[in-house]
Amino acid sequence: MQYQETRRTPAEVLAEPVLGSVQTYEQITDRIASIVLTDKIQLGWLVALTIAMSMLGMMGVSLLGLFYWGVGVWGLNNRVDWGFDIINLVWWIGIGHAGTLISAILLIFRQEWRTSINRFAEAMTLFAVACAGIYPTFHTGRPWLDWWLGPVPGVSTGMWPNFRSPLVWDVFAISTYASVSILFWYVGLVPDLATLRDRAKNKYIKVIYGLFALGWRGSAMHWKRYNTAYTILAGLSMPLVFSVHTVISFDFATSQVPGWHVTIFPPYFVAGAVFAGFAMVLTLAIPLRHVYGLQDFITMRHINNMAKIMLATGIFVVYGYFLELFFGWYSGNEYEMALTYNRLFGPYAWSFWALIFCNGVVPQLLWSTRVRSNEVVLFGIANVVSVGMWLERFVIIPVSLTRTFLPASWGWYFPTRWELSLFFGSIGLFLTMFFLFIRVLPMISIFEVRELAHHKMHEH
Amino acid sequence: MAACDAENNIAVVGKEEVMMGREMQWLRIDSYYSGDLDNPTTLSQPVMCQHCEQAPCEVVCPVAATVHSAEGLNDMVYNRCVGTRFCANNCPYKVRHFNFYQYQDTETPIIGLRHNPDVTVRSRGVMEKCSYCVQRINEARIEAKKEARDIRDGEVVTACQQACPTQAIVFGNINDHNSQVYKLKQQSQNYGLLAELNTRPRTTYLTKVTNPKSEIKQGDA
Repeated sequence: MQYQETRRTPAEVLAEPVLGSVQTYEQITDRIASIVLTDKIQLGWLVALTIAMSMLGMMGVSLLGLFYWGVGVWGLNNRVDWGFDIINLVWWIGIGHAGTLISAILLIFRQEWRTSINRFAEAMTLFAVACAGIYPTFHTGRPWLDWWLGPVPGVSTGMWPNFRSPLVWDVFAISTYASVSILFWYVGLVPDLATLRDRAKNKYIKVIYGLFALGWRGSAMHWKRYNTAYTILAGLSMPLVFSVHTVISFDFATSQVPGWHVTIFPPYFVAGAVFAGFAMVLTLAIPLRHVYGLQDFITMRHINNMAKIMLATGIFVVYGYFLELFFGWYSGNEYEMALTYNRLFGPYAWSFWALIFCNGVVPQLLWSTRVRSNEVVLFGIANVVSVGMWLERFVIIPVSLTRTFLPASWGWYFPTRWELSLFFGSIGLFLTMFFLFIRVLPMISIFEVRELAHHKMHEH
Repeated sequence: MAACDAENNIAVVGKEEVMMGREMQWLRIDSYYSGDLDNPTTLSQPVMCQHCEQAPCEVVCPVAATVHSAEGLNDMVYNRCVGTRFCANNCPYKVRHFNFYQYQDTETPIIGLRHNPDVTVRSRGVMEKCSYCVQRINEARIEAKKEARDIRDGEVVTACQQACPTQAIVFGNINDHNSQVYKLKQQSQNYGLLAELNTRPRTTYLTKVTNPKSEIKQGDA
């Protein structure tokens, strides 16, 4: 069954149903499981994995250098103590948010169109959180003592961590987020792992999938308990979509650095996270559906919905930029006004205007149905948004620090090659995990799509 | 500044690191210029840790490595510091200095003789800053305890105070209303640097009294 490309108007393209021409349960299972269970290793996949893994190697080298010589290999100084490390932490964590939003919030609101994108979006969340985790772990002066931030009194410093510090809140927020996301993803995988176990021809592969399927037999009792567990987990994840980035934004909002001390940060960071996350989901979904012939599962309807969410959250974010400037002026505080002026016209003004272009101007193209129905353009816009969201954190974190209260302590910040290589390395880590994931696990939830097909059949 | 460096075992980091903005000086002299561009008036202000009563650095440290002492010092606990550098970001005076590399040579035995034995030699990855010469305070406290009395005013002299030829720096107990520092702080030209941030700095400055209109001579009234 091959996907038919015909000439259609943009509105027709976007009106595609959530499930394409696949109809029966058998077809669905076959199409998704065969990607994983085939013995053939595709050349393209191998090349992509090799590139990703060499980038991952760069990360290894960057971390070794960092560990051996110290944080001095980075371009930080006594004026600007946070740079690429925290920018990338926030960037990666933000990207993760779309996965949780799709899987938990849209599940609870019974948005059926989420079913074919939730699995790989959740995987994206996990991998993005893993990449984010690298930064706070290794950016400290003495990373071997990081565990002192955890609540382990008596064995570390002989006392509790300082619960007033936003960094301690981060430890709790990020670790909770990571563990709930892993659990939710794994629980969602169990019925599909059982399907793979039943279909695997190779004995060893059968045993491996069987172990992870935890003896799933698909009885009515299993399904009843399963649905309860899955909904509870979704309920637990839902507040995390809002809490994690809110807590991250407290790192800045509770400080007193002009440009960080901004009360609208929590909602504006959350909107930014969803915005960045959907951009990344689109960046992954558009090539995936073509390479693996999944146009019947990830249809233009999905792409359209995601583009619309991106447009909406993009507008929230731009509203946030506008309010930041407005408050800077309206406060009448000379430090805030100086910061606003510096952001617009200072030595780093290029980064602010580039940010406005990437996140403010370019996403407005999404109003057009023609743009939303053109995958190549959408892919481009999604990437521009990712760059824009990175620039947003650049503007907030190091640029604010270059101009603080006393002119005597004004500074500058340029990343060194070590910071750049660690950043590319973290992209390598993300891609490596993602390529391995699409090879060994079903990237679309088989049982949920079957459920969708079931609803569809009984509609008629 | 040299007295401070010698007293507190401050690392010499070299030209490249200073160019990167990583100097370790606990005490710096800020210069402000006013008046004619060709012949400006230079105003100098020594800036070191202000030992704020409501210190922005203390709340943000996740491992409580910078805390208040009962005497009102803002203490830096080097061996508890993990090096997140949040304190330095949140310090409005930017007086905190990070050991980006292992600046101190702790391997060569002879180098150890150069150091002040009463001051910890900081390792890579920890933050450091002015301690109000806490080792000198401790020394005075021990002497006072031996004689079962309180520390006398003027008994603790910080390194910068000792070295300053114009005696511009005064150190003492601000709770003791007879101390020199308390009396100086009562003057109307006393001010705290960036006091509007409500950090309540303990280090305060006396405004320089100048006569901007030179045509008004003394006794003119």
